Amino acid sequence: MAGKWLPSVHLTGSGRPVFLPGEVECFLLSSVDLESEENPNLPPFKSGLLILTTHRFIWIDESNGYGVAIPLASVVHAYPPKKSIKSMFSSPRVRIQINGHGLEVGFGSTGMITLVLRGKNDPEAFFGRVWDVMRSRAWENEVEKPGPSDSKAASSGGRDGLSSGIRMAGVSGILRKEQEMWESTDKSLQDAFQDLNALMSKAKEMVTLAEKMRQKLLSGPTQDAGPNDEEMGSKQEMQDWLLSVGIVSPVTKESAGALYHQQLARQLADFVKVPLERAGGMIALIDVYCLFNRARGTELISPEDLLQACALWEKFDVPVMLRKFDSGVMVIQNKAHSDEEVFARIKTLVLKPDALRRGISPSDAAMTLGIAPALAKEHLLTAESKGLLCRDISPEGFRFYINLFQDVDPNDIYTVKDRGLFSSWFSVVTASG
Amino acid sequence: MQKLGDFKLPHFFNYPPYFTLQPVRDTREKQAQLWKELILDYCRSQKIFVIGLEEDFPLFTNPVIERTLSHEARQVFLSALVSEGRAEWMDKGHKKCLILWLRIQDWADCILNFVKENGLEDSVMTVEEIRSGIESRGTELAGIDRTVLTRALRLLEQKGKATIFKGTSADDEGVKFSA
Repeated sequence: MAGKWLPSVHLTGSGRPVFLPGEVECFLLSSVDLESEENPNLPPFKSGLLILTTHRFIWIDESNGYGVAIPLASVVHAYPPKKSIKSMFSSPRVRIQINGHGLEVGFGSTGMITLVLRGKNDPEAFFGRVWDVMRSRAWENEVEKPGPSDSKAASSGGRDGLSSGIRMAGVSGILRKEQEMWESTDKSLQDAFQDLNALMSKAKEMVTLAEKMRQKLLSGPTQDAGPNDEEMGSKQEMQDWLLSVGIVSPVTKESAGALYHQQLARQLADFVKVPLERAGGMIALIDVYCLFNRARGTELISPEDLLQACALWEKFDVPVMLRKFDSGVMVIQNKAHSDEEVFARIKTLVLKPDALRRGISPSDAAMTLGIAPALAKEHLLTAESKGLLCRDISPEGFRFYINLFQDVDPNDIYTVKDRGLFSSWFSVVTASG
Repeated sequence: MQKLGDFKLPHFFNYPPYFTLQPVRDTREKQAQLWKELILDYCRSQKIFVIGLEEDFPLFTNPVIERTLSHEARQVFLSALVSEGRAEWMDKGHKKCLILWLRIQDWADCILNFVKENGLEDSVMTVEEIRSGIESRGTELAGIDRTVLTRALRLLEQKGKATIFKGTSADDEGVKFSA
């Protein structure tokens, strides 16, 4: 797009920025303009969402789905909002001085960028965070040690040692590394719990750790996973781990303020993709709540937050939706998810000889469909309401049968037609004696 | 095929959902239809006129699959018969139901046939004789419910085909048929 005088950033499918390794969000502001001070000819970025992270200023145009970034590494100085009579009547401005060598487009060696804070924000608090972040210089840490496992690799004979010496390759190697990592994690945890302040200062380290693990698991298991059971088992285990890590920069009330639920909604939409796929396109809200909070680590969200975030999906263009069943059970499903496909599978299930004879329970369906029993029951009830199934309530429990009522001629209740459901049911039942 | 006494049961009698009141409207309508047919068939073959909802009724239980119709289900299916004019509630509490496997009009026709076949025109019979007399043995009229019979006779009286005489007690009500 013309007028992009700042480097653009990648956005996720739901419009959240893709973060750098170790990058954490610190502050969010809505309705922020970016203007170039020296060169008024450069078109300003108008009314976007500004995210201050440990590494960058990220500016996002949410309606058009693009964003730009200013790396903090190239920020020379930041000037606080002016306090004058005049400024009381206009939007507060934070000015930052940029060393433009890192920034390609349309920028001299140095320059000033003005952040115009149009929203109902607290400019002082924002500026305070800018200073904090600048001072901590988190981006430099990453530059100094680019490989996440450099120090460890060095102690075991360098990176090349991976393939030759100690068995560090394959699943068992990863598991061993994992073991080591857990030991150091354990130590960090112990340190972290000494007092709350210490915990807060360790939070970023925790997040980095989780991200490292995820990277390793993602790259690991494919290379030489043999067919034997043990490895299959650990692969499974690893997939479970995969689920439990992953949100590098949790959206917190502290960092996002009023934008909290919007950002949460986008983050959640990104997050549920993997679990949704595993669960076959539909997952109970309760399960999502657990998985999401597990992934967030210490920044837990409340059930109300989750509900609000899901409710906001209607306004965003995300591929998932919240669905409420008649019974009140709530699930998250892919928009592309089709009930027809589930019904087809249920139909195959109830037409098996044993199911014709004895019906199926929600837990039978849950096992076959690979979903939670509560969800399976919802599917069965929906199939029932469509006339595919009918119910049998007895002391033995609540079971579902294929609906045969449509298949009997009420004017001739004794005859079994040669074809159709009723005759297949009849042949199975009489065969069993 | 499964039997209840000498009554032949349909195959779907062993289909467990048949005994659970179905909540989905279309399915329930179909289920009720099958129950209505079965109840009428059974009552006709066993000459049953009254079903008590709180008493054991053999048709409402299937010991083979260990299923029994709930009270609610019985009421729903019998009500369906009532709404079609094939049954009537005998009390406000819906505890007893009169089953009309022949409608009153059909019963009246049946009586007229009986009268014709036995040459009873212009003769006088007691009501009790119609139910249990030698002439009615082996016909549908044998053992007919008294209420049903009285109502069929009233209908004939309205049409001028019979005259009912009040006796001293219910037992000796008399009827004179006219040709």
